[in-house]
Amino acid sequence: MSNRSWKEFSKGFIVENPTFVQALGMCPTLATTTSAKNGFGMGLAATAVLVMSNIVISLLRKTVPEKIRIPIFITIIASFVTIVDLLMHAYVYDLWKTLGLFIPLIVVNCIIMGRAEAFASKNNVWYSFLDGLGMGLGFTASLTLLGAVRELLGSGTLFDITIWGKAFNVFIMILPPGAYLTLGLLAAFFAFIGMKRKERGNNK
Amino acid sequence: MKLITGNAPHLRNNDTTAKVMIDVIIALIPALIGAWYFFGFYAFFLAILGAIFGELFELFIMKYLRKDKSFVPNGSAAVTGILLAMNVSPATPWWIMIIGLIFALGVAKHAFGGLGMNIFNPALAGRAFLLVSFPVTMTTWYRPALSFSKWIDVQTTATPLAILKEKGFSQIDVSYADLFFGNRAGSIGETSVLLLLIGFIYLVIRGRIKLMIPISYIGTVFLLSSIFYFINPERFGTPLFHILSGGLMLGALFMATDMVTSPMTPKGQAIFGIGAGIMTLLIRYFAGYPEGVSLSILLMNGFVPLIDRYTQPRIFGEVKS
Repeated sequence: MSNRSWKEFSKGFIVENPTFVQALGMCPTLATTTSAKNGFGMGLAATAVLVMSNIVISLLRKTVPEKIRIPIFITIIASFVTIVDLLMHAYVYDLWKTLGLFIPLIVVNCIIMGRAEAFASKNNVWYSFLDGLGMGLGFTASLTLLGAVRELLGSGTLFDITIWGKAFNVFIMILPPGAYLTLGLLAAFFAFIGMKRKERGNNK
Repeated sequence: MKLITGNAPHLRNNDTTAKVMIDVIIALIPALIGAWYFFGFYAFFLAILGAIFGELFELFIMKYLRKDKSFVPNGSAAVTGILLAMNVSPATPWWIMIIGLIFALGVAKHAFGGLGMNIFNPALAGRAFLLVSFPVTMTTWYRPALSFSKWIDVQTTATPLAILKEKGFSQIDVSYADLFFGNRAGSIGETSVLLLLIGFIYLVIRGRIKLMIPISYIGTVFLLSSIFYFINPERFGTPLFHILSGGLMLGALFMATDMVTSPMTPKGQAIFGIGAGIMTLLIRYFAGYPEGVSLSILLMNGFVPLIDRYTQPRIFGEVKS
């Protein structure tokens, strides 16, 4: 993989992490991360849509008229979301039921719209694919991390495996305020990492 | 004649944060000894634990996380610890108390910038966190033992406000005198109005507290509950009952008057007190929880920056536009 390819792929994990650095896609982030499994599932669903929509939008980038590009993007994204929705309904029914409305809502997820507008409509297919994959996996990793922290503190389990059980459950963590708290603290942590990287860059 | 010019501030005194905090701790001591008498030594121990752990935890945050080498403990964390202990049920396990304090100091206070910068009262934020996290522990109340015993009486009971909400005013089995002296179920430091008032009078004499917030807060509760009393006395209860029960005295005298999280001007403080009074009664009458003092103060804390902006006094000589 060339240098540029690696850069486009890896930026989604820490430097431009969609959740903690760009603060995009907050709606599924806050609502579906009551457990690590839910966060992981939601992240993978969004990744699948993101990769496919990035590829198609990048292919069409020279044909799409500037003025109506947003409706066209949404139509493309909506088609892929419908595919993912039906696939999840067929093969992972329980997860599909838990995530509920948030799967159709991937259509208006700002990460996917944002990558389509900012990246895929300006770059070739290979880089758009890598960008979508990197951002999607970064999103998945963030959601899984968020879900894991909340699940561990709120229900004492991790991926449904009991760690310390019900003895020390801080119930607020699996309620909406817990999502905001965890998100804020993790975002602060990522900002701290960013600061340290910058310091190290300046010292070199 | 020689004139010396210099920048503000021109008025200075020898007060330090530590001196103010020590006065607040002294003012809380009567209520804490009362807690020992009503609920046993464990309740008193929780307050001491809160004070000591609070100070140590703040020292740790300042020295190792915020790397402030010149930090000297000033007692504000101890006050937070004691107030949080006064706001929980007498049989709260010690580790729940510690979780609440870690949230109060780590998130509600120092994540916002530390002493003087926090938007929400740390002790109340810690209490709200515990109330949502451990609903059963935080709403199980005990009958007072009325002796300086070691442990609490095992008999659980409902607080007067919970009885009012569930069964109506005629079912309440405590007299006004019981409410005033503190012989009722409730959280550790809220039960005795008398002992809280003694501490409060000490603070007023020492000039540590402005009277505007307690007066407007309790006055609003009194006026509004009088109106509701005439609508339906059986459902809404008497005004005197509302003033003496629940955490109103603890909240209005010691929590709402926190210097950091209350407005600066008397006008702003009056608005703050009236808002908190209305919210308290709305929660007591119509919301899911039987008691709303802590939540109403937290809500009004959020309005303080706005209130301060709109009640800014005119600078001397400035013309009204």
